Amino acid sequence: MLSRIAESLFWIGRYVERADGTARILDVHLERLNHLPLEEQRSVARELLAVMGARPQSEEFGLPELLHALAYDKSNASSIAGSLGAARENARRARETVSSSLWECLNTTYYGLNQHRKDVVGTYRFCNWVLERTAMVRGLADTTVSHDESWLFLVLGRSLERADMTARMLSTRDVLSAGMSWVNMLRCAGAYESFLRTRRAAFGDQHAAEFLLLDRLFPRSIVYALRDADECLAKLDPSAQRVGFINDARRIVGQARTFLEFHRTDDLMAELPEHMDRVQKAVTQASDAISRKYFNQADELAWVGEVS
Amino acid sequence: MSELFQDYSEAVARSGAYDEMFAPGLIARRSYGQVEGALKELSLADVSARADSMARTFLDRGVTFDYAGEERPFPLDIVPRVIPADEWETLERGVAQRVRALEAFLDDVYGRMSVVTDGVIPRQLITTSAHFHRAVHGFEPAGGVRVHVSGIDVVRDAAGTFRVLEDNVRVPSGVSYVLENRRAMAKGLPEAFGQQHIRPVEEYPRRLLSALRKTAPSGVDDPTVVVLTPGVFNSAYFEHTLLAGLMGVELVEGRDLICRGNRVYMRTTAGEQRVDVIYKRIDDDFLDPLQFRSDSMLGCPGLVNAARAGGVTIANAVGNGVADDKLVYSYVPDLIRYYLHEEPVIANVDTFRLEEKEAREHVLDRLDELVVKPVDGSGGKGLVIGPAASKEELDALRSRILTDPRGWIAQPVLQLSTVPTLSGDKFGPRHVDLRPFAVNDGDDVWVLPGGLTRVALKEGSLIVNSSQGGGSKDTWVLSDSPQLPGPDFPRPSISVREQVSVWPVESNWRDRQSEQEQQ
Repeated sequence: MLSRIAESLFWIGRYVERADGTARILDVHLERLNHLPLEEQRSVARELLAVMGARPQSEEFGLPELLHALAYDKSNASSIAGSLGAARENARRARETVSSSLWECLNTTYYGLNQHRKDVVGTYRFCNWVLERTAMVRGLADTTVSHDESWLFLVLGRSLERADMTARMLSTRDVLSAGMSWVNMLRCAGAYESFLRTRRAAFGDQHAAEFLLLDRLFPRSIVYALRDADECLAKLDPSAQRVGFINDARRIVGQARTFLEFHRTDDLMAELPEHMDRVQKAVTQASDAISRKYFNQADELAWVGEVS
Repeated sequence: MSELFQDYSEAVARSGAYDEMFAPGLIARRSYGQVEGALKELSLADVSARADSMARTFLDRGVTFDYAGEERPFPLDIVPRVIPADEWETLERGVAQRVRALEAFLDDVYGRMSVVTDGVIPRQLITTSAHFHRAVHGFEPAGGVRVHVSGIDVVRDAAGTFRVLEDNVRVPSGVSYVLENRRAMAKGLPEAFGQQHIRPVEEYPRRLLSALRKTAPSGVDDPTVVVLTPGVFNSAYFEHTLLAGLMGVELVEGRDLICRGNRVYMRTTAGEQRVDVIYKRIDDDFLDPLQFRSDSMLGCPGLVNAARAGGVTIANAVGNGVADDKLVYSYVPDLIRYYLHEEPVIANVDTFRLEEKEAREHVLDRLDELVVKPVDGSGGKGLVIGPAASKEELDALRSRILTDPRGWIAQPVLQLSTVPTLSGDKFGPRHVDLRPFAVNDGDDVWVLPGGLTRVALKEGSLIVNSSQGGGSKDTWVLSDSPQLPGPDFPRPSISVREQVSVWPVESNWRDRQSEQEQQ
């Protein structure tokens, strides 16, 4: 398939998952944020924005600015509206490849972005609506697109972004250390009930972090998402090899996943910041490597020479 | 004041009740300062939009109760009920005290009966109670606790004093609405939370689970807890699913359980699995066809024997209903003095015992001024409010009392306190009660901050039961000493946290990538 189309699909996967993850984080943290004294609210808003990988534009950065930056700012692809807009733009370029129902769903979502009140209560509704729409996109992508190469790119983007988003959910623990942080962490990922059923009476930060980071069966855990990405990469690589690798992305994803999956630790909480940092780096690097290999052939050729 | 509160003070004066939000003259009480501020900012359109959105959330989440075979949403009003810290401190103490006394009473009644020997309460009263079960006489339940979960109904009279209206130590329900109400309010009226510290309620399921685990039969390392529900048609089925879900335990029906050798097992895909603690949400009568109603399909034969042999903990214990009996209720202040050697913290409502000849004659003379209740009823069933009853109803009641004086008690009509409640296009005072929930793990009685505030949605109505057109309110307990780390504990910011390094040093792609990571 055309590199250009593959790239579009990869980014549809990433952007939709990013909108979903951001909506989840915002929905849960808004509740806590709203109860803080004004001064603290400001600093927490800044920190939350930093966890999402952006910097405040102006000196005055409070709750309304945070809502704008994370939910409604169409000019910025790290906001919900921005990433859904970007996903739709990518779908428009690959319109002849994606199924019409997937395209329509993304397009309808795009036009629905403006129909919400932009205050705190309206944002709760907005986040819920975004979760519904992104779930619909995922469902349509899985049921109306053949599971061929094009679908694999979409899922690859989705899985990488999911690992990244879960890492950010875990990082928000630092931002809102007051109160029931691990419950919030799990709520972000929609994992609260699953966690409780799995862990029975074992509550606490440590177990919750372990669940979101290492659980082999929960689909939003980092290990699970990385394994999904790994599987997509394996299927995409036409030259099945018996030893070694020529696909840099596979190496990066595989190393990160196996390191986490088989890592032994006594104090997960102290290591958490590093894990999160490295997961996010691995996702960025894998994404770059995928771009070089599949979307930009020339660069990749130069790169292969360096593999030792 | 906004036009939403037009005519409010006249309506309060008309009812003669204590208003929780406003002191006379429509001056908001201190505890309601933030709420009043938030409501002032809102117009009628805002308030209705919020209320609609909250109602829709409830429907979407399936927060319902079953009435006559029909799923109905449980209406949540937008104005919370706020309890200041000092009042709550008293309530908390009073509720815990009552639970301790009832626990001691039940232990005694199903054992040595020294309360009878010492002449505190007549033997006949206990043995004639419909819920006194001889099947559970003479053994200490595994774990040693009988009242794991209780709901003590409290009301505030016209003078502003809290009084206990009834005790529920069988299967108190309603705690799920407390959890759901808080969630809905946090999203529906975020402004009102403001900067005050409202004590959280979300720890309830964890507290309950740890109390249940703690009271498991001795010798079990990792007890398996289940919630036993009568099934999907029960009015509180939503609550059963919510609690089981939040505790992360199985929700079982009677047919999922088997008793063998005085142990209880549940049928699972991996074979039979031992059950150590059953959180029972079924009436005793239906629990065990071997002991109680033999036509019951809801329970599991052999449970009572298993409990007697110490093979399983049943929470709440079988036979607790005797403490719910409204005639026993009238003795609770004496029981507190007898067992705990303390004075009751919260008083009872004055109660006439109709078995006593003098009281009966007095009551029969002024039936039209009193509330008459059956001793074993719950959910407001069978209750007659004198001033609101017709002559025929009162005559029927009179003859029923005369045939069975043991079955009834009478109390003066209490003007329950009121809280502003949205009705049509403005706020009106509506009567409320309060059901605080207590969890007893054997060492300590923990009272959930707040509880369920039920509200009668019709003006002047005193019946708050959900099956009779009642709704609920979120209940906020303010806290003087914030539990959250305040300014004295500086929050560690991201930059100063401890760094531990366990990952391998990044390999050759590191340098090349470093610029790209910045994006």
